[in-house]
Amino acid sequence: MLDDFFVRALIAGVGVALVASPLGCFIVWRRLAYFGDTLSHAALFGVALALLLESNITLTVFFVSVFIAIALMFLQKRASLSADSLLGLLAHSALALGLVTLAFMTWVRVDLMGFLFGDVLSASVNDIIVIYVGGAFVIGVMAFIWRPLFAATVNRELAEAEGVNPNRDDVVFMLLMAGVIAMAMKIVGVLLMTALLIIPAAAARRFATGPEHMAVLAALIGGASVIAGLFGSLEWDTPSGPSIVVAALLFFVVSISPLAAIVTRTRSNSIVDGG
Amino acid sequence: MSKNSDPLTTLRNAGVNRSGRWLVRGVDMDVVRGQIVTLIGPNGSGKSTTAKIALGLIAPDEGVVHLPDRLQVGYVPQKVAVDWTLPLTVGRFMALTDRITAHHVDEALDMTGVSHLRNAEVRTLSGGEFQRAMLARAIARKPDLLVLDEPVQGVDFNGEIVIYELIKTIRDELDCGVLLISHDLHVVMAATDQVVCLNGHVCCSGRPVDVASSDAYRELFGTRAAPTLAVYEHSHDHTHLLDGRVQHADGTITDHCQPSHSHHRAPEVPEKIVITDA
Repeated sequence: MLDDFFVRALIAGVGVALVASPLGCFIVWRRLAYFGDTLSHAALFGVALALLLESNITLTVFFVSVFIAIALMFLQKRASLSADSLLGLLAHSALALGLVTLAFMTWVRVDLMGFLFGDVLSASVNDIIVIYVGGAFVIGVMAFIWRPLFAATVNRELAEAEGVNPNRDDVVFMLLMAGVIAMAMKIVGVLLMTALLIIPAAAARRFATGPEHMAVLAALIGGASVIAGLFGSLEWDTPSGPSIVVAALLFFVVSISPLAAIVTRTRSNSIVDGG
Repeated sequence: MSKNSDPLTTLRNAGVNRSGRWLVRGVDMDVVRGQIVTLIGPNGSGKSTTAKIALGLIAPDEGVVHLPDRLQVGYVPQKVAVDWTLPLTVGRFMALTDRITAHHVDEALDMTGVSHLRNAEVRTLSGGEFQRAMLARAIARKPDLLVLDEPVQGVDFNGEIVIYELIKTIRDELDCGVLLISHDLHVVMAATDQVVCLNGHVCCSGRPVDVASSDAYRELFGTRAAPTLAVYEHSHDHTHLLDGRVQHADGTITDHCQPSHSHHRAPEVPEKIVITDA
């Protein structure tokens, strides 16, 4: 079964979507969309460095993302610039550094489009193992820090007063983000990574009755987007990564349509009746 | 867990400095089990800052704070804004920082009178309803130390009295210590064991009846705040300026009443009252 490139693409893509969605919920709740963007852009610099140093691409991207995230935390405390300016500065500087580094390596021929937009159809069995083993680890850690991380999202001081350590959880969350981006970059690419993080979560928001519910819904919508997007790309011969994002966008559009409003209202009525 | 007699939080000469300005300075305070300690004072007098020092949220820049290990804390902050992106029902909000049994959730929501809102989304609550939900959340944790930063803001008048009564009931049932911040002088005076009157420093502290009769208290809140409680008078030779600085009798202006300066003269200090800036 795994001999078929399309089946491998489906398995790898769904795996990435399932892992990305719970993190995406926190990206949405904490208004960190630009943070995800910045780490994704930094990933291209990671690719360039990996080619230069002839090191493992996934690992190098992970470490560059972590470095950028630490740089952001440091600059936020020191520089007198707002967070969005710093993120824009880091994101595009990292992207530019990546492109300049690649240009210097005249001996390397890089398919830049492959990194910018990803190529899920080239997923190997090895990629699938990395995504599912790494993904299981990410989900496990997320489950462990879920309640305190959510508590600190609602109110940081309240959480801290009641025994949560928000700074530790922030660092853990940032490491998980860097890990997921390193794993997922090959599938959706640098430019569309943030889309896979936030669109399923945004689509799930309308139907969610609680944070855990929203994470599960986001994972389901993310998985469904990958399946719908890949079959769509097969049917209409469209690029796979963008097709997945377009499918996720359709789910979001449905979620804000009047149709969704009817579903939500029926359910909230039944809750009132039941209680 | 602390022993019954140990203070739940202790501040000694605690002060916090931000950008060269002392938000609050020289605070001595203990909260022990079974006692309600209330912080009063005008806007910007350092009440919330003092509560945050007491909780260990802000490390004091001078002085010390001590909290016992593994202290179960229930905290109602002054401002909690739940973003609309957060799907959060009252029921889930109750279990924000810890798992809480359904029984304790129901019990706490009943006590604060919002059990009918269990399935309601937090962002749809009115200010008073949310305040009650926050109080319910804090007490459902069965805390050793309950810190309430203006817990009745937005609550209607009848509700206010019920909630202050409830705070006393909780104190008795859980045998916890309560640190309360309030503007509401009349109710506070009736519901409190100890009052700490702040204005950048501790103006006075002690039993409500003693504090209400002190000059420092009347100076802060005006004579109308305690019309029936004029017990003693002491000559008070400094004036608190609007910007928080202090003008002394000789015309000099300092940032605060310095404990080392002797500018209060209290000929007849009643037993219970402690004039810490004397």
